[in-house]
Amino acid sequence: MNTLISLITFVPAVAAAIMALFLRGNDPAAQRNAKWLALFATVVSFALSLVLLKGFDPANTGFQFVEDRPWIMGLHYKMGVDGISILFVMLTTFLMPITIASCWNVQTRVKDYMIAFLLLETLMLGVFTALDLVLFYLFFEAGLIPMFLIIGIWGGVNRIYAAFKFFLYTFLGSVLMLVAMVAMYHAAGTTDIPTLMTYQFSHEPMVALGMTITGGLQTLLFLAFFASFAVKMPMWPVHTWLPDAHVQAPTAGSVVLAAILLKMGGYGFLRFSMPMFPVAAHLWTPVVFWMSAIAIVYTSLVALVQTDMKKLVAYSSVAHMGYVTLGIFAMNAQGVDGAIFQMLSHGFISGAMFLCVGVIYDRMHTREIDAYGGLVNRMPAYALVFMFFTMANVGLPGTSGFVGEFLTLMGVFQVNTWVAAVATSGVILSAAYGLWLYRRVVFGALVKEGLKTITDMTRRERAIFAPLIIMTLLLGVYPKVVTDIIDPSVQAMVANYAAAIPPASN
Amino acid sequence: MLSQDIATVLPELVLAIYTMLALLLAVYTGKDGLTQLVTWATAAVMVAVALWVAVAGAGSQTAFGGLFVDDAFARFAKVVILLAGASVLLISEGYMAKRGLARFEYPLLIALATIGMMAMVSAGDLMALYMGLELQSLALYVVAAMDRDSKTSTEAGLKYFVLGALSSGLLLYGASLVYGYAGTTSFAGILSLVQHDVPVGLLFGLVFMLAGLAFKISAAPFHMWTPDVYEGAPTPITAFFATAPKIAAMALIARLVHGAFGGITPQWTQVLAALSVVSMFVGALAAIGQKDIKRLMAYSSIAHMGFALMGMASGTVFGVQAMLVYMAIYVTMNLGTFAFILSLEMDGKPVTDIALLNQFSKREPLKALAVLVLMFSLAGVPPMLGFFGKFYVLKAAVDAGMGWLATAGVVASVIGAFYYLRIVYFMYFGAEQAGADSKMAPIQWLALMGVAVVMLAGVINFFGLEPAAIAAAASLAG
Repeated sequence: MNTLISLITFVPAVAAAIMALFLRGNDPAAQRNAKWLALFATVVSFALSLVLLKGFDPANTGFQFVEDRPWIMGLHYKMGVDGISILFVMLTTFLMPITIASCWNVQTRVKDYMIAFLLLETLMLGVFTALDLVLFYLFFEAGLIPMFLIIGIWGGVNRIYAAFKFFLYTFLGSVLMLVAMVAMYHAAGTTDIPTLMTYQFSHEPMVALGMTITGGLQTLLFLAFFASFAVKMPMWPVHTWLPDAHVQAPTAGSVVLAAILLKMGGYGFLRFSMPMFPVAAHLWTPVVFWMSAIAIVYTSLVALVQTDMKKLVAYSSVAHMGYVTLGIFAMNAQGVDGAIFQMLSHGFISGAMFLCVGVIYDRMHTREIDAYGGLVNRMPAYALVFMFFTMANVGLPGTSGFVGEFLTLMGVFQVNTWVAAVATSGVILSAAYGLWLYRRVVFGALVKEGLKTITDMTRRERAIFAPLIIMTLLLGVYPKVVTDIIDPSVQAMVANYAAAIPPASN
Repeated sequence: MLSQDIATVLPELVLAIYTMLALLLAVYTGKDGLTQLVTWATAAVMVAVALWVAVAGAGSQTAFGGLFVDDAFARFAKVVILLAGASVLLISEGYMAKRGLARFEYPLLIALATIGMMAMVSAGDLMALYMGLELQSLALYVVAAMDRDSKTSTEAGLKYFVLGALSSGLLLYGASLVYGYAGTTSFAGILSLVQHDVPVGLLFGLVFMLAGLAFKISAAPFHMWTPDVYEGAPTPITAFFATAPKIAAMALIARLVHGAFGGITPQWTQVLAALSVVSMFVGALAAIGQKDIKRLMAYSSIAHMGFALMGMASGTVFGVQAMLVYMAIYVTMNLGTFAFILSLEMDGKPVTDIALLNQFSKREPLKALAVLVLMFSLAGVPPMLGFFGKFYVLKAAVDAGMGWLATAGVVASVIGAFYYLRIVYFMYFGAEQAGADSKMAPIQWLALMGVAVVMLAGVINFFGLEPAAIAAAASLAG
């Protein structure tokens, strides 16, 4: 029995439990201990995940490192990774130490803050490794609790509204998925994800409430899962919780939200919607295409007029997630490779963008773009880092952002030229809002009084950005490190999908 | 023959004899001075009987010509009822003493009500059903008005009595119709007679009986008494109302529909499904505006009853199992929550205003964390046990082809999540201001923390609840 994945997943939770039970007091020493313990636990988890990566065999398209134990109600505690999920595990374990380091200066309730993040890491890793429907749901849903608290306790002025909106919005999406999961359990008699991926759910048309439903059960299941993942992703028009949550969340919360939590939606599409309900997915592809295309253009335009930096970055996240859904539903090797690549790359870049905002927010305590200007004069190092990630966000060749967007657009172009054309315009728009933001914040004359004493990045802040820059560049110039791992699994998935679609509708 | 009958009802008999002896003792000697002793002794006897029922009971036997049934189903319900009753007595002892309500009648009335409930879940006949129900109800009417000098408590008692009498009337009327058309009062007899062609009069009887029982579990639209009685009665009494009688009445419904009307499943599943969906939405929507935590828990219990009914509405054996699991989890969650509510006070007076929980997590981090776990569990968020209760009933509904009911249920649970989150919001995000304290007796602390740990750790294997529920549900159908 292989317990490596359980170990990676639960190390942070164990650290959180130790912190909750044995770390007493609220003096500076206890706070320091909490921070170091959290950092230590996340680093251990990362180191263990490197062992996992080393032992992973990309050529094998099945699940590896599988751990399987019987649980209650005929369910199983089953964990494992394949080529699609392993890099999300890596992304999570890689980003969490950075996240913990980024909130070193938090003053209020430090211990609780660290516990919340550690639990969140366990739950996120669980989502990417669970191989049982209900186990997946458990991790997926439980992640809402720490995030609700992170936004609600450590967030900005409007945090309560944002926390409630975040929780109820995503909760509504996922409970529909729960009903669908129960229906799948009923239809297939198992909750084992690898088995379900090969199980053919009925797609005979059925009549419900007097309406004929093309695609039958598959369509209903697909839509229920879609409700959950589209909210999580988030796709237009159910993205409205995201800007609120991002703006109100503390910096580290935004980083986790953008870099990891949003990826659960895309991961869900790849793990459930496409392999399990191929016929329905095929039926709904045009709708998803146009929703994504609208998302890319619309949210980019919205980003253009934002006055709040975090909100701008949040809208740009929605736009970038539009490429992901495009790539996934193109369902050819380039598209899906590109979508996964885009998600990983967006994890580094959007995380870094929120950290960039956090750096100046920590100093000035405002996120209004108008409050800044001419930062390059006093913060050259910051200007350089911010420039780098703005360019990566825009998708400049040489950075990972370019590879992801290019691959997805290439995939989509083969399926639907018009959608690809519309989506490509988003690249230009993202350059517009990205560069304009950069100009207003960093360039220009340094006239504002408050900014004249601002200091450049500290050593800790530079250390936080260094790994992100390295990863963005590495993936940008040598994308093969990623595609080598994901491609065999993606190829297998695409082949299964193509085989499952009835030829008539092809 | 008689000795065998006596042996079957021995647990009830022991509890009844203890109660009467304790009553005599308390009346003739120290009166209220003995209250503490009587409370502890009653709780101890109830726990002992629960263990006895759980360990010694085996197989299925009937007594008194089928009036009384002792099977795995009854034993499951009895154990939960007895443990819930004992826990309520233990967590409320300090509260009653502090508020000048320490009367020896309180534990003894609770014990009497418990005997009534045990008779209810073992009923094998319409007569036995009514007898158990009335024994339970009469004791409960009195305890609701326990705080004689308080207007709200007296009002709660009276309101509960009048509406309870009405529901008993409905139930009796229904029972008489059933008897009239079936010609027998025995469940087994009704089951063998009522199979396919059902006279309309008998259906009327069934519906009236279900309506009467819906009053007892406070399922909407028969829920109107619940918020007022919950709010008016002293908090320990509310805690008792929210736990033991609920599972007793729910088990009675299961016994009635499966044991007597198992041949006409399609007729009553619709009724239960309608009760279920209305309860879930009424409970979820009406609780949103509540400012009093006891009223909120009243609406919360209405919504939870809706979920438990969803399991039963499936009409399957698995549905009964789901209902039992759900109710056991529900009772446990409520015990923990009420242990917390009992401890809330401000300037020495008990308070129930939710807004006074402001920043409670700063004053009492550990208790706040436990309550947080309970609230998310009540809302049905994994990994807490409350989620698995919901998962069970959803599966029962979907397996029975009631996808619409399951969908309606989860939508209601999202609405319901709002008010549980509101409590978390007050505890963790609220503005800084003077708020309620929580002064806990060790036993209350233990109850709150224990339940919170159970809610979290139960995810591992339910503490063996599942096999017991499977056996119970199987014995009901067999």
